[in-house]
This record gives sequence, C-alpha cells and structure tokens, in this order.
Amino acid sequence: MNDTIGYILISAGILFDIFGCIGLVRFPDVYNRLQASTKCVTLGTILLLVGVAVISGIGPTSAKAIICAMFILITSPTAAHAIAKGAHASGVKLWENSIVDKYAEEKEN
Amino acid sequence: MRRLIYFVLAFIVWTLLTWPFVDGGIDVQVVIAGLIASVIVAVLFHEILPKEHHIFISPVRVFWFLVYLPVFFYYVLKANLDVVYRALHPKMPIKPGIVKIKTNLKTESAITALANSITLTPGTLTVDLTDDGFLYIHWINVKSTDIEQATELIARRFEWFLKKIFE
Repeated sequence: MNDTIGYILISAGILFDIFGCIGLVRFPDVYNRLQASTKCVTLGTILLLVGVAVISGIGPTSAKAIICAMFILITSPTAAHAIAKGAHASGVKLWENSIVDKYAEEKEN
Repeated sequence: MRRLIYFVLAFIVWTLLTWPFVDGGIDVQVVIAGLIASVIVAVLFHEILPKEHHIFISPVRVFWFLVYLPVFFYYVLKANLDVVYRALHPKMPIKPGIVKIKTNLKTESAITALANSITLTPGTLTVDLTDDGFLYIHWINVKSTDIEQATELIARRFEWFLKKIFE
C-alpha cells in the first residue's frame, strides 16, 4: 500500500518536473521562465522526496528526505527572488508584449 | 542565548541527517563531528536568527501554522496546474507584467513568509520589496495594475493566516 502511494507521488513529481522544463523552454523571457522553473520544479522535487519518505517508512531515510524537502521549500523561492531582482538590476528587459513594469517606472523616479 | 538556540537547532538537523544510532549504540565520532560543526555554525551565523524568535514556541501559532500548511499546498497545486496549462497551450496565453502591492505585515519573518508564499502560488513571483511594506510582483497574467486591487487578488488570502502565525 505504502509502495503504491509512494510510486504515485514519485510519478506525479517527475511529471511536474517535466512540465516545468517544457515551460522553461517555451516561455519568452527570464521572469516567465523563473515562474515555470520555481513553481513546477519545487513541487515536483518535493513530491519526489515525499514519495521516497512514504516508501521507506519512518526512519533515517525519510527524516533526510523530509529535511531536504523543507530546505527546498524555503530556498527555491528565495533563489528565484534573488535571480529576478538581479536580472532586473542588470537591465534585462521584460518580454515585448508585457503589460506593465511598475518596478522600472518607480526606479526612474 | 541566540547562539545556544542556534547550536541546538544545528545539532538536531545534524543528528537527523547523519543518524548516528547504529546497531543500538551511538557512533561517537559522528556526534563529536556534529558538535564541532554546530558550534562553528552557531558562532558564525547566529545573527540570521529572526529577532522575534521567541514567538514560535506559542502553541496557538503552531496550530495556525498547521492549518496554514494544507491551504498553502492547495494554492501551490493550483499554481502548478495553472503554469502547466500556460506552458502546454499552443498559443501560450500569458500577459506578463510587474505590479506593485502593499502589505500590512510588519515583522521580518512574516514578510519573508509572505514573499515566499507569493512566489510559490498562482502566476506570481516576488521581484523586490521595499522597507515601507511594498512588494513588486511579476505576474504572469496581469488582471489589474491598481495597487489596491492587485493586493486583494494576490496577497489577501495569505496575510490573514500569516498575521495569526507571525504577529
């Protein structure tokens, strides 16, 4: 039973990772690509780790998997934030069809 | 005091990661290495512990945190399906932009949690935040450029919980 749940979680995680990579390739600019990579890859990797924890049962392996999942949950959005801010600071433009860029407007003032 | 808290936390993480309980005994070498590593971490990095760390012991906050987790995961799942839809759709229905929102949260840890929650949930990514409580959000599907309305759509659902947890 635990094995089945674990494999379902791992399969879902791999699917989300794949979709995240497809988004990474298809989206037009840095910021949209970050959206795809942070959201899908965070959830995909966490599902993978939770799946591993479910299969191995309570013990050292699942403790490690859960700690890694927590680290990813905290560090992945922080890293995305740092990359987005760095990209904007070094002058990477938004996609040409973007609606609005309040950040650039405010920085000029 | 902060160093002591940090030392204990670092050592707990070390214990869980290395698991020194082999064959009913304890692997002394691993424990000694962990103690040394924890001391170094505590001395060097104690300053990054949030200033209001004492509040995390309160059971009411822990309860609200446990309530927040499933809500958060629901939004994370929704965000993922949304991004997957936009990534796989042949016409790629996106209209991105950077909007500005205002938050009423005050403490550092609450704003950090809000920024991270926003990044992981539907179509939004925190780009920068200012000292007076404004956040710049990259939105994959801009519905409103007005500060009030954007705040309503992006941040309101988390603020209520985070206020209970962190403030």
